[in-house]
Amino acid sequence: MADVAAPLKRRSYASVSDKIADIVLKRPTHWVWFAAFGVASLGTMALIAAIGYLFLRGIGIWGVNIPTAWGFAIANFVWWIGIGHAGTFISAILLLLRQRWRTSINRFAEAMTLFAAGIAGMFPILHLGRPWFFYWLVPYPNVMELWPQWRSALVWDIFAISTYLIVSAVFWYIGLVPDLATLRDRAKSRVKQIVYGLMALGWRGEARHWARFETAYLLLAGLATPLVVSVHSVVSLDFAIGIVPGYHSTVFPPYFVAGALFSGFAMVLTLAIPLRHFFGLEEFITDRHLENAAKILLACGWIVAYGYFIETFTAYYSGDEFEIAMVQDRLHGFYAPVYWTVLLCNVLVPQTLWWRTARRSVWTLFVVSLLVNLGMWLERVMIVVQSMHHDFMPSAWGNFIPTVWDWITFGGSIAFFAFLFLGFVRLLPAISIFEMRELVHEEKK
Amino acid sequence: MSYGILAEFKSPERLLEAANRARAAGYAIEAYSPFPVEGLAEITGMRRNSIPAIVLGGGLAGGIGGYFMQWYSAVISYPINSGGKPLHSWPEFIPVTFETTVLVAALAGVVGMLALNGLPRLHHPLFNVPEFHLASRNRFFLCIRADDARPFLEKLEPVGIWDVPE
Repeated sequence: MADVAAPLKRRSYASVSDKIADIVLKRPTHWVWFAAFGVASLGTMALIAAIGYLFLRGIGIWGVNIPTAWGFAIANFVWWIGIGHAGTFISAILLLLRQRWRTSINRFAEAMTLFAAGIAGMFPILHLGRPWFFYWLVPYPNVMELWPQWRSALVWDIFAISTYLIVSAVFWYIGLVPDLATLRDRAKSRVKQIVYGLMALGWRGEARHWARFETAYLLLAGLATPLVVSVHSVVSLDFAIGIVPGYHSTVFPPYFVAGALFSGFAMVLTLAIPLRHFFGLEEFITDRHLENAAKILLACGWIVAYGYFIETFTAYYSGDEFEIAMVQDRLHGFYAPVYWTVLLCNVLVPQTLWWRTARRSVWTLFVVSLLVNLGMWLERVMIVVQSMHHDFMPSAWGNFIPTVWDWITFGGSIAFFAFLFLGFVRLLPAISIFEMRELVHEEKK
Repeated sequence: MSYGILAEFKSPERLLEAANRARAAGYAIEAYSPFPVEGLAEITGMRRNSIPAIVLGGGLAGGIGGYFMQWYSAVISYPINSGGKPLHSWPEFIPVTFETTVLVAALAGVVGMLALNGLPRLHHPLFNVPEFHLASRNRFFLCIRADDARPFLEKLEPVGIWDVPE
């Protein structure tokens, strides 16, 4: 990994700190940022309007009905929560594996996790017929003397998602504290000193504080590692414990986790490439980082491809006529174009990453990452919708056609994600400053 | 009465050496660095790191508490026949038990770390020294908690020395 940190040889503790901190404190805001933020704000307002209309009229404004009672909202939920997983993978699992190259991408990947998981958590609530009763899923003392049904995957889901959100937020914030102290100490304006100072919790970098901080951070990473695997496994159980053909499969938990990492790393590339370009961070987020992410993308792509293969194989091997009918409907039915696009984007396109020239080409990586994002979203739609529209009895078959509100809600969620991320890169250090100083120290030895 | 005497160094190696010598001379010391420096915590007198025990305690509390909550509600408080399954259908209690274990362990780790560090804290005497803001950038500080330590610190050849008012 030597060549990842090689550009840091020319850097000192001071210049690393100043370079990253000044993106937040001093750098004038670029017009491209304003343009992007403006568009994202408009999209966020569209999302708020769509949600307001939803609360007014109910989920009838979406294309969902019987038999396809689950539509875009559930697909969006699964897709967003999956995107979050790469952030935890980078910050926790690669930390435990001592992959030093993770240092310059973990902070913004964790932010990505937090925003994606937050947006994901919104969708099941929106999808409830009476969203104002969502807290009935939580055990709390109530005059009805009722408890949640612990045997329901939906209750597992709210525990998994809220634990994931809270632990990710805490992990991210604790990692930020020493950097907030840097911002506090470097800020010139009184307002910034006070705001960053309050957020830094009075951190002063005492040796014993650092020792406890490092232990806590490492243990949090150790806890987040099984957590990230559990979250998407629980999400997949929402489907797998049902008997619907296409849902009822033991391959679902690993297949969902691999798909989550796959889409997550695609999103990391989608965000890292413009981020390092517009903020001039090429010496921190090097071509080597992009190449490593591309390799993980390729590996996850193969696990996902194996999932597609084994689903089809199991259907025929089981001899179950409903499973076989479901596979044939996938290949030739109403939603066949979706399935073929999924195979194109998730299986065929990533194969370009076998070539070093492709992994070293920023444009190729950007295009591949966008196509994988698209492919993974379509895969989630396919899993959610396609199985339901064609289950046991022909009299119960029917098609789901998304309405304009489905599209606005989906597009609005992407805009809201962009809104949060653009805010993050202007207000908080997008690269972990104290860990970069540590890297500089190791390079000096 | 002052908080102590603060000395500034340019590298973590110099700080380690200075801390070692101050410790050997019997002073109560505190060391400040912009990133974790290996071995410094032990030199400044940290004997035991109790974070792992706190996290373990949190995990046990979360796990046992989470399982107990489900058992109590499903068997005692609100028994309901769901699909003919036994009331105490433990395999289906595992996902929630796992999540509460992780949640309480993580929160215990963070709260414990902050509490043992005495954070959050609005002010500290060290922030009265203007140069101390470099402790979060590129400089390494040693603080001796004694009023008479100035001559000793001068022998260690620091970049600068300051009295820290209380």
